[in-house]
Amino acid sequence: MSNAATFDTRTDSAIPMESPLAYSYRRSGAPATGPASRVTLRERALLGHLIVRGGAIALDEAVRGVLGISLPGQPQTLVQDASGERSIQWLSPDEWLVIVPGGEEFPLETRLRERLGSAHYAISDVSGGQTLLELAGEAARELLMKTVIYDVHPSHFPVGKGVTTVFAKAATMLRRPDEERWELVVRRSFADYCYRWLLDAGAEYGVNVEQ
Amino acid sequence: MFYIYCPYCGEHREEEEFRPKGQAHIERPAEPEACSDEEWGNYLFFRNNPRGVHHEMWVHAVGCRKFFNVTRHTVSYEILETYKMGEQPSITADSQSLPREVAAVSHQEGVWA
Repeated sequence: MSNAATFDTRTDSAIPMESPLAYSYRRSGAPATGPASRVTLRERALLGHLIVRGGAIALDEAVRGVLGISLPGQPQTLVQDASGERSIQWLSPDEWLVIVPGGEEFPLETRLRERLGSAHYAISDVSGGQTLLELAGEAARELLMKTVIYDVHPSHFPVGKGVTTVFAKAATMLRRPDEERWELVVRRSFADYCYRWLLDAGAEYGVNVEQ
Repeated sequence: MFYIYCPYCGEHREEEEFRPKGQAHIERPAEPEACSDEEWGNYLFFRNNPRGVHHEMWVHAVGCRKFFNVTRHTVSYEILETYKMGEQPSITADSQSLPREVAAVSHQEGVWA
């Protein structure tokens, strides 16, 4: 166990937790188009996000032992566990984003630190700094084509790929966990901007916001 | 627009994701105290501005956020190669056999990395 100072950002106190989009829902609303909608937007709020940095070999061993998923060594890859609830995305040759259900991040961090011991690594809990938006529906790709500079054609962006790219001038991680869904990991401070951009860009497809 | 090959991401990306960071392969003097003012001044302030092949540092700012080197032709803007930090370029001004006017004309329609 390292001597790094850690703390659980989720407390038992009765302070209400709000998603980064709470303000946006109040201010911009959440259009519910119903069955005519060709694209659905859903925020998966308050998940556990960890940035794990270090050497791939040591981290892979620890992550496989703790999470049961192997660390993606190839650039722009995204791996998930069988349930699809836990994922690891390659961000750079020594940096990965681990997303787990909310509340699991601190136990996971602690167990990873125990496993890694004195290895050279860094784990940062960034759960409060970013949120995950999910796009589904037949027009999701069309919507992304208007918005991101990255080529999202299925031949170039297969399932299991994840890239960091520019989404409407904001830096965003774009991921494709399965055939139907696209995921956007956006900064908390950009969440309202991205949300309103998606409402505007999705208006022609009758964007439907699920809360 | 450039379409730049990031040696760390292993694929071509849009220029918008990158930032240029000036001349590459600048070495900090091992013993700054032993430098003359001129040597230190040259290290701090003076950069090459060649007409032709130039080695530059770029950063994949929106992406893997790694620095890497780019060999670029300053007349045609053609990116001749990209390589990781710590590596040496395979294309240099001396190894370029094409006269620079020819290189400039032959790639006016676009750039490739």
